[in-house]
Amino acid sequence: MAQPSQDVFAPWEDATEKPLIRFKNVTKRFGDFTAIDDLTLDIYAKEFFALLGPSGCGKTTLMRMLGGFEKPTTGAIELDGRDIVGVPPNKLAVNMMFQSYALFPHLSVYDNIAFGLKRGTMDKADIPGRVDEMLRLTRLQQFAKRKPHQISGGQRQRVALARSLAKAPKLLLLDEPLGALDKKLRQDTQFELMDIQEKTGTTFVIVTHDQEEAMTVASRVAVMDAGVIVQVATPDAIYETPNSTYVADFIGDVNLIEGYAAIKGNRAEITWAEGQPVITAKTDLKAGTKCTFAIRPEKVAITAEEPPENRANRVQGKVLDIAYLGNISTYHVELPDGKVIKAQTANDRRIARRSFTWEDPVWLSWTDTAGVVLTK
Amino acid sequence: MRRFSWFNATSLTLGFAFLYLPMIILVIYSFNESRLVTVWAGFSTKWYGELLQNDAFLDAAWVTIKVGFWSSTIATVLGTMAAYVMVRGGRFFGRTVFSGMVYAPLVMPEVITGLSLLLFFIAIDLDRGVLTIVLAHTTFSMCYVSVVVSSRLVSFDKSLEEAALDLGCTPFDAFRSVTLPIIAPSVIAGWLLAFTLSLDDLVIASFASGPSSTTLPIKIFSAVRLGVTPEINALSTIMIGLVTVGVITASLVMKRNIARARLDEQRAAG
Repeated sequence: MAQPSQDVFAPWEDATEKPLIRFKNVTKRFGDFTAIDDLTLDIYAKEFFALLGPSGCGKTTLMRMLGGFEKPTTGAIELDGRDIVGVPPNKLAVNMMFQSYALFPHLSVYDNIAFGLKRGTMDKADIPGRVDEMLRLTRLQQFAKRKPHQISGGQRQRVALARSLAKAPKLLLLDEPLGALDKKLRQDTQFELMDIQEKTGTTFVIVTHDQEEAMTVASRVAVMDAGVIVQVATPDAIYETPNSTYVADFIGDVNLIEGYAAIKGNRAEITWAEGQPVITAKTDLKAGTKCTFAIRPEKVAITAEEPPENRANRVQGKVLDIAYLGNISTYHVELPDGKVIKAQTANDRRIARRSFTWEDPVWLSWTDTAGVVLTK
Repeated sequence: MRRFSWFNATSLTLGFAFLYLPMIILVIYSFNESRLVTVWAGFSTKWYGELLQNDAFLDAAWVTIKVGFWSSTIATVLGTMAAYVMVRGGRFFGRTVFSGMVYAPLVMPEVITGLSLLLFFIAIDLDRGVLTIVLAHTTFSMCYVSVVVSSRLVSFDKSLEEAALDLGCTPFDAFRSVTLPIIAPSVIAGWLLAFTLSLDDLVIASFASGPSSTTLPIKIFSAVRLGVTPEINALSTIMIGLVTVGVITASLVMKRNIARARLDEQRAAG
């Protein structure tokens, strides 16, 4: 996330910066099942780092290893330069916010937040002040005396956050922290989380399967699949320049077109269907190869009139289906060979004034920088 | 759905009669004026008064309560520990054997348990008395406690303990300050159950007791061999009362508090 000042927060691009967390060739097996496969990853201080992937991809295991709940089968994990493999959770300056929140049902909100402080090095006299500070940070002052079952889901989520932040950990782990909240509350809470992360300067590592959530809150996102990290990058880089069809497909909506790329300078000319013009796209590829061309639906322009000749890519088709979402519409356009391409436009006009509808012939067009050529 | 039918009513009545008629007769005759147990001669509580004068019975009652208290307390501690290990211990060497052995006394004939304990006490040259009865009762009531407690632990959200560890608790501290308060109702229910079992027991106690220490059931049993007296009826009535209160309290405490705790936990989990 960008700092308030002009310089962009990007410690991962600074070679002199020391990472807070280092995974070095970490492998974790449960019996025959390999949850994490030879994974190497650096996470820097003050990052809001998201581990994103479908369930069973190993993201939760990775987080539980950071919390001291699991030990890697092989490899090393360093926190602030110190090897933490085998250190029990109660000896780590890492706190975790559990998916179920795990609030202690027999203790009040106040005592839940004070629980960790009473077991730390903090002076007894300073504890009430710190708890109050946490209550204020999470706007829970008037609920201090209530038990967890007497407050709402959103409030419980904030108690869990306050409790895990109270000891001012070097690192806070959040396991699907917003999973139990409804959509509207989740969106508000995402901004609140970012706000609190910035205020406290704590490093956050969040596990989520919700790509929107990861994109919203994170400074960097690691997309995981079957125990390996497929790509680590900023949200915009993940979205705009995915390194593989897996990432492109997992994040957002995408058209994937398979073909064969011939290289002409810094462009690829992709042959992809009989009787269709080649797709031209900027690329770093040096030699011709089989490839997949990935383009986001919103980068495909849809028009009733023929687009100007100088558009790099133009194809014709007819509207097969329209998904109307209010603010935007997604058009499924069928090309003569049966291939369907999705195009998305903002509904900046009233629906009655839309210039095409089902079965209408339309033009699709995009520039040579709109998509990416993927070989994985 | 029609809830009342003559068939249901009849079977219910017969069932309850079968179970409780003998006890009701015992309770009624404990208030009998006459010395003859089977001849009704008017209402009186004089046998309860006589009972209070009978030192042998009072001593036996005191021994029974002492034994009940200590054996159920020790059984609760050990049973809770066993339940915790079985539910939380993961897969350790000998787990299956261990859990099987913990529950074995549930199905073991009491005579066998009693006899083996007797042989054991003789072998280690331990004089039979209150201590041996406490040990014997602990042995067989522990498994009941661990059944009750482990059924609660199974439904216990493990992340609560992990959260406690995460916030700086040692494993023991986590158990003491998070797990124990939450499972307390079932631990209490387990204690009450163990206490009631100890109060009831005749067979095992008669193997483990010595001449100096007689529990109430043993005393009653030996007295009855010389003929049933209304005094024994009175004593039995009191015991029935105590056991009934114990069992009902245990099940109520367990039912209500477990339901509440589970609700709390579910709500806390969102």
